[in-house]
Amino acid sequence: MSTALAAPTLARARRSPAQVARRRFLQRPSAVGGLVVVVGFVAVAALAPLVAPDDPSATSWSLIRKAPSLLHWMGTDENGRDVLSRVIWGARASLLAGVVSVLIAGGVGVPAGVLAGFAGGRTDAVLSRVVDAMLACPFLILAIALAAFLGPSLQNAMIAIGVTAAPIFMRVARAATLDVAASDYVEAARAVGNPSWRVALRHVVPNIAPPVLVHATLAIAMAIIAEASLSFLGLGQQPPAPSWGSMLNAAQRFLTQAPWLAVFPGAAIFLAVLAFNLVGDGLRDALDPRDGGRS
Amino acid sequence: MRGSLGGRVAQIVPTLLLVTVLVFLLQHLMPGDPASIMAGEEQDPQLIAQIRAELWLDRPLPVQYLHWLGNVLRGNLGYSWRMREPIAHLVAEKLPVTLQLSAMAFCIAVAIGVPTGVIAAVRRNSAWDYLATGVGLAGLSTPNFWLGIMLILLVSVDLGWLPPSGYVPLSEDWRQSLATTIMPAFVLGNAIAAVLMRHTRSAMLTSLDQDFVRTARAKGLSEGRVILRHALRAALVPVVTLGALELGTLLSGAVLTEQVFSIPGFGKLIVDAVFNRDYPVVQGVVLVTATLYVCLNLAADVLYVLINPRLRGA
Amino acid sequence: MRRLLTAAAFCLLAGSAAAQGTPSGTLHIALREDADMLDPTLARTYVGRIVFAGLCDKLFDIDQKLAIVPQLAAGYEWSDPKTLVVHLRPNVQFQDGEAMDATAVKYSIDRHMTMQGSFRRPEISTLDHVEIVDPLTVRLVLKSPSSPFLSQLTDRAGMIVAPKAAETAGKDFALHPVCAGPFKFVERVPQDRIVLERFPEYWDAENIHFDRVIYQPMADTSVRLANLQAGSVDLVEQIVPSDVAAVKRDSRLKLAISNALGYYGITNNVGNGARAETPFGRDKRVRQAFELAIDRTALVQVVYNGMFLPTRQAVPPDSPFYVPQDQPPPRDVARAKALLQQAGATLPVAVDLLTPNSPDVRQAAEVIQSMAAEAGFDVHINTMEFASSLDTAQNGNFQAYLLAWSGRADADGNLYSFLYTGQAQNYSHYSDKTVDALLDQSRAVADVGQRRDLYAKMDAQADQDLPIIYLWTPKNIVGMTAKLQGFRPVPDGMIRLQGLAMAK
Repeated sequence: MSTALAAPTLARARRSPAQVARRRFLQRPSAVGGLVVVVGFVAVAALAPLVAPDDPSATSWSLIRKAPSLLHWMGTDENGRDVLSRVIWGARASLLAGVVSVLIAGGVGVPAGVLAGFAGGRTDAVLSRVVDAMLACPFLILAIALAAFLGPSLQNAMIAIGVTAAPIFMRVARAATLDVAASDYVEAARAVGNPSWRVALRHVVPNIAPPVLVHATLAIAMAIIAEASLSFLGLGQQPPAPSWGSMLNAAQRFLTQAPWLAVFPGAAIFLAVLAFNLVGDGLRDALDPRDGGRS
Repeated sequence: MRGSLGGRVAQIVPTLLLVTVLVFLLQHLMPGDPASIMAGEEQDPQLIAQIRAELWLDRPLPVQYLHWLGNVLRGNLGYSWRMREPIAHLVAEKLPVTLQLSAMAFCIAVAIGVPTGVIAAVRRNSAWDYLATGVGLAGLSTPNFWLGIMLILLVSVDLGWLPPSGYVPLSEDWRQSLATTIMPAFVLGNAIAAVLMRHTRSAMLTSLDQDFVRTARAKGLSEGRVILRHALRAALVPVVTLGALELGTLLSGAVLTEQVFSIPGFGKLIVDAVFNRDYPVVQGVVLVTATLYVCLNLAADVLYVLINPRLRGA
Repeated sequence: MRRLLTAAAFCLLAGSAAAQGTPSGTLHIALREDADMLDPTLARTYVGRIVFAGLCDKLFDIDQKLAIVPQLAAGYEWSDPKTLVVHLRPNVQFQDGEAMDATAVKYSIDRHMTMQGSFRRPEISTLDHVEIVDPLTVRLVLKSPSSPFLSQLTDRAGMIVAPKAAETAGKDFALHPVCAGPFKFVERVPQDRIVLERFPEYWDAENIHFDRVIYQPMADTSVRLANLQAGSVDLVEQIVPSDVAAVKRDSRLKLAISNALGYYGITNNVGNGARAETPFGRDKRVRQAFELAIDRTALVQVVYNGMFLPTRQAVPPDSPFYVPQDQPPPRDVARAKALLQQAGATLPVAVDLLTPNSPDVRQAAEVIQSMAAEAGFDVHINTMEFASSLDTAQNGNFQAYLLAWSGRADADGNLYSFLYTGQAQNYSHYSDKTVDALLDQSRAVADVGQRRDLYAKMDAQADQDLPIIYLWTPKNIVGMTAKLQGFRPVPDGMIRLQGLAMAK
């Protein structure tokens, strides 16, 4: 690898890193496929009122647990509600939870990480110890504990997931900051006499964006599974509002009579998470050429 | 590697202390007044005041913390509100179940993940590689409770091969125990297998490129022997240490898997405690898992340094 | 991987074949939830009573026709309307060897009356004191005549505990109970299992055909069914109607369906603390609107395949105390809305529905939520594990509570404790002088017809105030392996182990 770089680097120097990354990303079919699916889910979630054939909360006592048919493509559930509509609206809950949780996690974790990495010394030691302590607890268990104390609701689930995911963002941001802070131009900027916060904002933050972005994408995937898990346990989205996780919970009772109740919501989670994972992987490879080979 | 071995050991003390502080603060998020809950139906103000004094709830917060910490260090994790049973007992009963499940899950993960990673690395960029990576990614993306439900549907309901739920302890009937735990262990180990596969693959790729392997090849050793003796041994180092780190994933996954398969383990303990509004148990579970995780991480670091001779000098 | 699975499957088959050759002697029973404390004085749950059926015998029992039959007692008579003389069965031992005699009976009943936190006290509140006549005879003196009193002795209030063991253990008796039932306590793993072992000196030992009984809580209805189908449990105390077809299709299983004694309803907080200070708690018109928004028939159809009976009363239809004229009103959303308008309630009216955490009850809550929404109610479902929900309700920390009552043979057992001012199970803190007076009167009267008329008057008042909105009368649906013989379906739903045996 090391021998082959000299010539191409000169040629590529004329294109911006963002353009290079985009080209590399688009060259990978799996990443592109993932992006298409992600966009699809986002569109479906955003346009749910228009796309869903029925009201997801509309119960119908005569249509209990009907198998998939032309009228109800994914069948109906135990209260006669259209499963397809519920899956579509469930996308809203899941994607919202995914994005908001990651925003919370990033909003808390990234500044903490930049601070720790840039300031160093005592600040770093203290923050790192706090993060270690928070990371000591398995993610879902801490999320459950928080959701339990805060009370079950989608908002509280998002807060719980966001808080639990923040430490990892801190770590990622800190590691990236340390990398960038050691580079020549940052040292030069500091040597010239620029105040630290300015250097941080103008030079560090834009340059840690790639690894943070990669992690954020993968974190959305993780957050979607976490929200589904919490809802599955009854701690997330409350009825009658649909969530893929709570639909799976209800489906357990009717596994023999109505297996479609379990298949569709689970497949939705799987596809959404897979798509975000593919995009995240693609981003990672596109933005960090040093990572040899494929993934 | 962060610093020397001694430094590493010393580092866990402040981490553990911080964990206890965090868990203690978690207690103060608890809705409801513990004293009046324990007083029960009578709601006698005198009784409630007495209980508050017993539980040190009338003292300042730092004093409460030290008292609580003292109890914890002596093995007293408090009492479950619901069952009036010592939480330490509940932990001692349920944790081994989850550990058995986790151990089986890890074995399954290694049995699936490592060979797949090796094949993917050796046949890099071939159809096998793409397939393995694809399946690995799919495994990571599957919610484990869904996988569990689907497996129950297929294996228990349709095929009738294995019981759909429940748990038989190993000591009671090893065959039934195996039958009740193999599906949940598979579900649990599935995500870990995917991670192990990826790490084995990249570790193998790195070591296959290294000098001592090239030397071995140059010496004329057969490809198979090269793989087995050198590359694999080098690749197993990060894999083994990864295992300890994945305990967190295992415990998190166990919560859901135990719920789906109705296994009375540690994960089910915390979920039941939540619906029981039994907050001391929730707090106890968080504390125990965090402590376990920190200690296991330390053990992993120690192991890593011991196994990898090149790092011993650092 | 597949070879491993096939091997495992073969091992399992071989194992189970071997197990069938030699009867294990253990009866596995699946309960719908975990029991609370195994102390007859402090216990509150229905499933706890099922465990007690194996652990603790009572003075009297009931048979399939709800007639009172002797158990630890050999007979009784009323020497006067306020004095009950109970003759005890001779030569009965407790599981620790102590003798069951009048002293033990007095001790137990005094314990029920005086122990802190006793839930039996309200059940036998009419009792004044117990006198020992001789080692095999006790005299129970009541404060006032009470025709339902004797039936209380057919449940936990009549359970006799071993005095020495109870005295030594005090509050911790529940951790290792000692009684006079057919099986003695071995161990308990919370949320997992309660293990009992045959008590060889049981007074009715010839009728016990198992060496061990293991009770396992399985909250999930499909898990219970799956375990029954797989043979890991022999009997499931509650099969939900949606699973009945599956059990019927399976020739290795059978069902025992009987009419139950209890009801499912919504208990409304009308005076229990701050949470009663809402339109829902203060204004009966709002509650009436809520009732009118619910279509009981559709509810039962959706959740229970129509197997249960919509009702507006606490007693089941085949009870002699059932009032035939008091039928549930049909759904009337328009009238509900009108009532809400009259009451001046701002829509939507928020109602927090405390719901025990079993899947069918949760589904019922969702159906109620959906139905009530059409009338202008915004129902929030608050799921909680059952025993904890009882505590919560007690503390008044609820607005509406979807609660079932297992029922007692005498109508008084379904009404008094729930509607009388200040009684222990009156979670709603309902207080109405007319209702109190009628309930007291019905206790003093012995004639069934007269009592029924009194209950009819009481129903009329309660139907207006709606401290409890009665929804449906369930049935006991017990599923078991076809090889299990001798099961007696008694309307109280208990699993009596006497006479139960596994066919070879």
